[in-house]
Amino acid sequence: MLDFVQQLVSGVALGCVYGLIALGFVLVYKATEVVNFAQGDLMMLGGFFAFTFIGMMGLNYWVGFAGAVAVMALFGMLAERIVVRPILGYPQFSIIMATIGLGYFLRSIAGMIWGTDDFKIETPFSQGVLRIGALVLAYDKLSVIAATVILCVLLYLFFNKTSLGTAMRASSENMLAAYYMGIPVKRVVSIVWAISAAVATCAGVLLAPITFIHSNVGLVLGLKAFPAAVLGGFGSIPGAVVGGVLIGVIESMAGFYLPEGWKDVAPYIVLLAVLLLKPEGLFGLHVRKKV
Amino acid sequence: MRFLFKTDYEDDIRLFPHSGYVVSYGLLIAVLLIAPYVLSSYLMSQLVFVCIYATVGVALLILTGFTGQASLGHAAFLAIGAYTAAYLQKYNVPFPVYFLAAGLLTGLIGALVGFPALRLQGIYLVIATISFAFIVEEILARWESVTNGNEGMRIKTLSLLGVAVPRDSPAFYFLCLAVLILTIVGTLNLLRSPTGRAFVAIRDSETAARSMGVNVALYKVKSFAISAAITGFAGVLFAHKLSFISPEMFTLQLSIEFIIVILIGGTFSLHGAVLGAIFIVMIDPFLTYLKDDMPGLIAGVAATFGAGTDSAANVQSKVAAFASLNGLKGAIYGIIIVLFVLFEPLGLYGRWLKIKLFFQLFPLYKRATFKRQKIYVKSERNR
Repeated sequence: MLDFVQQLVSGVALGCVYGLIALGFVLVYKATEVVNFAQGDLMMLGGFFAFTFIGMMGLNYWVGFAGAVAVMALFGMLAERIVVRPILGYPQFSIIMATIGLGYFLRSIAGMIWGTDDFKIETPFSQGVLRIGALVLAYDKLSVIAATVILCVLLYLFFNKTSLGTAMRASSENMLAAYYMGIPVKRVVSIVWAISAAVATCAGVLLAPITFIHSNVGLVLGLKAFPAAVLGGFGSIPGAVVGGVLIGVIESMAGFYLPEGWKDVAPYIVLLAVLLLKPEGLFGLHVRKKV
Repeated sequence: MRFLFKTDYEDDIRLFPHSGYVVSYGLLIAVLLIAPYVLSSYLMSQLVFVCIYATVGVALLILTGFTGQASLGHAAFLAIGAYTAAYLQKYNVPFPVYFLAAGLLTGLIGALVGFPALRLQGIYLVIATISFAFIVEEILARWESVTNGNEGMRIKTLSLLGVAVPRDSPAFYFLCLAVLILTIVGTLNLLRSPTGRAFVAIRDSETAARSMGVNVALYKVKSFAISAAITGFAGVLFAHKLSFISPEMFTLQLSIEFIIVILIGGTFSLHGAVLGAIFIVMIDPFLTYLKDDMPGLIAGVAATFGAGTDSAANVQSKVAAFASLNGLKGAIYGIIIVLFVLFEPLGLYGRWLKIKLFFQLFPLYKRATFKRQKIYVKSERNR
């Protein structure tokens, strides 16, 4: 029983990281109907920036964190401006390929700049553990869970309560109509990319104590975040986090209870099952177009 | 220039629209047949890889280019073909038998993948094929009694009708070339047939195709099966060329390379698959060239333009350091993909068509002829 709870908590913590990356997917998808295959690599880059600020320049953790988020938000805008904007409105396949190319590029560049070793960021939480009875919970895992909940609530409020959020939803529904209604669609898309890169950075920094940061981490985790996003229904913010948590839990349970090898495929088997049975995901909207 | 007047439907679907095609492709085939006796063994080996990649490219074109079903899981089909060959070879099954068996099995699995894919579109299909590829990769690594796990499998020399065909002999190259040509001709004929036209109809508009009486589900599964089977054939040749296979050769990276093949070549014509294959296989020798000769070249240029010997040597060492950076290949891949998507979405073959059209229509050429139309589809969720 204790093992089970222990696995559950570490699964939830890992799942929250997947959820955070999936949040980035969902944000971009919700606002622009674009799937950003480079989301994991944005996370990796954010982690490296945070490592540079905190580990190499010796800044305070929170200052470094904020700095990395700011730099990455700008970077997200830049990536949108250069790579995505010229092909907005073209078939989805082009955009998927463009973001795959962007991911390739970022991975290689990060490998060139920071090398291919593993890096670790010292966080204020990395030392302590919380003991509840016989249960041992590391602070760094709890911090991931807490940060995910906070970010999720903030984003949910942002999308549903602010006018900018409404503008984003409108431009996703029908870009041309939104443009005619006076929504600055281009600026909205820029902001969405900035936010999604910032969220990815949060994931990268929070992840650093759990899995180390290296140049391929984005690919590995980004591909795990897809099942999360699909499970929750692409386009639903709470869905992304719930999907991420489910994937994390499934993965850590499969690693603990099932024979070796299941751990890595379990998320994808679940994903295929979900796609077969309920393609719109657990929280996805099922809207039929009327003719 | 030559004007083609089409007076009946037969003209429209002719394999060779006019005699010029016969001459130019005949010349090309003649050159390809002489190639092994002229080129160095390294270039020969690259040419074999071009044939294999082009075969997979054609397979992917049928699925992605003509039926409009994106797949990022073709490395898995290649792996299934390769492993079938390796497994059957252990039991002394002759080459023609396991070659066909590999294609058949891969086609069958392709059809099985096609069924779930019926309900999926666009991005969901891409993700589903990625997960299929992951599952296959993991099965190959774990099913040790058949696949030998992570240790990989050795492939014996190919023997065709009792004659050994070593992997670096001209005969093996001719075999690969023959498979490629058969695939291309077969695909061209497929595209002229009702099946091929149904594929194109599904790509252009699924709803319209359905309302014209096309059985969308059947043709989607067919497209998956055909594409997978051709990839399986290519897998057998791939296994023989490498003579050793292990699960980590068939990763997502390889699937992405196949997509790059058709993306860079051009997704609307079979020429694209071949041009893309040449591109992707030749990028390695090109990078090696860059690494070995580029620094000296740049230093030489710097020296001629008045820089001192010291600074020229300095430049040379800097360029050498840059060219031997670890991730350079990945970065170049990334940049190439992005640049092609942004500036040449029709690929290399599209560029060739533009150049051809420019000379054909010389004073009257309009840049806008090939301009893409933005579509601004409404949300996919409401589709």
